[in-house]
Amino acid sequence: MIRSLHIAAKDLKAEFRTKQMLNSMVIFSLLVIVIFSISFGDLLGDSKIVSQLAPGVLWISFTFAGMLGLSRSFASELENGCLEGLKLCPVDRSAIYNGKIISNAVIMFLVEIITVPLFVVLFNFNITGLFELAIVILLGTIGFISVGTLLSALTVNTRTRELLLPVLLLPVIIPVIIPAVVATGKILTNGDISDISGELRLLLVYDVIFFVIAQLVFEYAIGD
Amino acid sequence: MENIVSIKSLSKAFGSHRVLKNIDLDIKKGEFITIFGPNGAGKTTLMRIMSTLVEPSAGSISIDGFDVKDEPVEIRKRIGSISHETYLYNELTAEENLRFFGRMYGMDKNHLDARVDELIEQVGLEYRSNDRVGTFSRGMKQRLSIARALIHEPPILFLDEPYTGLDQHAASTFEHVLRGLDAQNTTKVMISHNIDRSLKMCDRVLILNNGNIVFDKFRHEVGSVDDFKNTYESFIHE
Repeated sequence: MIRSLHIAAKDLKAEFRTKQMLNSMVIFSLLVIVIFSISFGDLLGDSKIVSQLAPGVLWISFTFAGMLGLSRSFASELENGCLEGLKLCPVDRSAIYNGKIISNAVIMFLVEIITVPLFVVLFNFNITGLFELAIVILLGTIGFISVGTLLSALTVNTRTRELLLPVLLLPVIIPVIIPAVVATGKILTNGDISDISGELRLLLVYDVIFFVIAQLVFEYAIGD
Repeated sequence: MENIVSIKSLSKAFGSHRVLKNIDLDIKKGEFITIFGPNGAGKTTLMRIMSTLVEPSAGSISIDGFDVKDEPVEIRKRIGSISHETYLYNELTAEENLRFFGRMYGMDKNHLDARVDELIEQVGLEYRSNDRVGTFSRGMKQRLSIARALIHEPPILFLDEPYTGLDQHAASTFEHVLRGLDAQNTTKVMISHNIDRSLKMCDRVLILNNGNIVFDKFRHEVGSVDDFKNTYESFIHE
């Protein structure tokens, strides 16, 4: 575990120094929210319609901003052959995966922390279930990052990785996105934790299954 | 002297293409071996198998008593690798790179601090230790990559085309640092196309061609650089 934290710390230090990934993810995410809020125009006055449309907008912004980051996650290790340097270290391959998950999740959470307040303001929401929303976003993000990190490793050595990653990732994360959108919608219409327990269970099961599968297959994903 | 690397009947095939064919090789502790060969001879594949990055198709390799298939993590603790790729992070400073790799080898903080200072000085980069590696020249990066490979004091060093991209001065500095390892009795296995420079560095010379070791002699048996170039040409055109 400690080696995973060292890998995550290294990734975050490099990222916060250049902010290449973070800046583009934040800008993309905010742009999606702003563009949708403008395009919905007068509809934003009708809280019923907004609560049906807005959760999808929020998760579209998270998903596509996240994909920008994931596509760079392992690609940045190709510079100077660093991925091979990591593979030469005496650590389990799963430590590399876990380190990448931690750094990807931290960056994703930062993007979400910046995006959600703008979303609340532009879509004219009065969120009472902030805690519930945080849980949904946490579980949804972990599921997204678990699969995305694995697929990012799998596609890193392909020439068309930027195209291949979304094509592979989007179908696989549907079981995360659907319950996350449904749960977010319920929270935005003042639902409480009991109203979203089914969706939370789905997200939790998905997170555990994909985290375990990724641990088992990661070695093959980054093998030659 | 005891063997630190022992390769027995090693073969490697990618699909139907056999890259290495029944190779047997023993390397003694402290020896400096250079492997020459044309492109596609199987040199890098052999190095990658020894480094635990690729699994052999058949045969066995034991390094310091550990089998590459069964105990790759134990082997990784004992090897350092230098390649034409530096394995360094451009966004981190020289010191941060060394500290990161030291931590990955499980070194404790005090030992790591001392080792980083010692190696940065050894490779002559004290004046740039807090600068980002992305701002370094190719030669400086390669010197730092030696420090990275040696951070955990490995008994075996693998060098894969280390001269690639180095100018005369950088190559000389690189060799000076490598010679500094002689006192520690580090075993070195180098792959190179640069006969002029590599031949004078080693104790033993191998030529690998079409997946076979076709030449294996001690340095003092091969004569001058020109003699060896003639020998090399004759072997690879056979």
